Amino acid sequence: MREISALIITQTVKKLCIEANCHLGNDIKKRIEQFYENEKWPQAKEVLERIIQNYKIADESNQPICQDTGMACVFLKIGQDVHIIGDVKETVNEGVRQGYEEGYLRKSVVRDPLDRVNTGDNTPAMIYFDIVPGDKIEITVAPKGFGSENMSRIAMLRPSDGLKGVKDFVLKTAEEAGPNPCPPIVIGVGIGGTFDKAAYMAKKALLRPVDKKNETAFYADLEQQLLEEVNALGIGPQGFGGKTTALAVNIEWCPTHIAGLPVAVNINCHVTRHKTEVI
Amino acid sequence: MAISIKTPLTREMVKDLKAGDSCLISGVIYTARDAAHQRLCQLVEQSKPLPIDLKDSIIYFVGPTPAKPGQVIGSAGPTTSYRMDAYSPILIELGQTGMIGKGKRGTEVVDAMKKHKAVYFGAIGGCGALLSKCIKKSEVVAYDDLGAEAIRRLEVEDFPVIVIIDSSGNNLYETGREDYLKYNR
Repeated sequence: MREISALIITQTVKKLCIEANCHLGNDIKKRIEQFYENEKWPQAKEVLERIIQNYKIADESNQPICQDTGMACVFLKIGQDVHIIGDVKETVNEGVRQGYEEGYLRKSVVRDPLDRVNTGDNTPAMIYFDIVPGDKIEITVAPKGFGSENMSRIAMLRPSDGLKGVKDFVLKTAEEAGPNPCPPIVIGVGIGGTFDKAAYMAKKALLRPVDKKNETAFYADLEQQLLEEVNALGIGPQGFGGKTTALAVNIEWCPTHIAGLPVAVNINCHVTRHKTEVI
Repeated sequence: MAISIKTPLTREMVKDLKAGDSCLISGVIYTARDAAHQRLCQLVEQSKPLPIDLKDSIIYFVGPTPAKPGQVIGSAGPTTSYRMDAYSPILIELGQTGMIGKGKRGTEVVDAMKKHKAVYFGAIGGCGALLSKCIKKSEVVAYDDLGAEAIRRLEVEDFPVIVIIDSSGNNLYETGREDYLKYNR
């Protein structure tokens, strides 16, 4: 049994909140730069150039890439041989509180979806726990902006809708979102499970680096097909036309019920942020 | 070549702007997003005076991050505009001529834009660090309690935007995509 103090979790979450918001991951940067090279439509090329300039400025000046510094989604993989000293949820929220204050990040959380009073410190975080073998804790902070979150959709398809139904739903979601989620986007897809599990998988899919393919060959192919089909829509960066509508499609899947085919599509913008640390 | 726009943005100036035009805005613009729009429209409903003069004004849909010491403003890119669709027609009727945001607008907004001559500009979403460099002064002029959602008076210099919907209702989101698909066929 390894003991880990709550303080270390707070410090790690705080650091990851700031880093994720100011420094875009190398996988996304590389992908944007590849699309920039391949993009021929002038308007699209210009937008991608500005996007590249923007994350360079954010890197240099240590300032948020985007003003929507998101809701803090925090994923903890806790080794089953770990004993945490302190209240784990409170310690994560304290990390978010400190990170958003000290990092000059925007506080974008309201305490009640209907009375809409800002909590003033960006808490509570959306916290997800997973118990895994071992004596370590892996913490991922993924600040999620809502321009793209609002364009996300879920469908409870019929088994007879099959693969075509899934593809059509992903394409329809991307098409209807159009310019709203700040394309080029990253598309997280969850297929199977239950209503809630599909949505959770779609969000988890956004944590996978965009240059890492699905481990299952069939789904790796499907990711590539969907990426090509979304980019054939012609929406382009910011919706001004072009081939760069999506940077990646990441799918997570799991078994489901004989009567169901849940599909969730979680859209993220070109500022797809997540940072991970193991303690 | 980008068109230089000096505020105030008059209705006459609006008439010359066409969807797809790149523009650089200099002068004064105001920030407002969901909560501030709601408050402004409540005042209109109650026939009370507004904290800003809407005549020939441009409203930028943005909630910036806090400024670090020595900074004018934090990152300040556009937010998605359709959430302001219920409010924009009311403000346009009262004299607002420009909006800066990103994403689609509803027909009620486009109808008001055509009727009263207003324009909808897009700034590049997700480029808040870059856009903040064009903001030279920032001052909260109303609703300080709203934090990031307060109304700010910004002085901008060569703030880059593109006309998405012009005062005749032409829409770059439609024509840009069509033109690209024709070119790519």
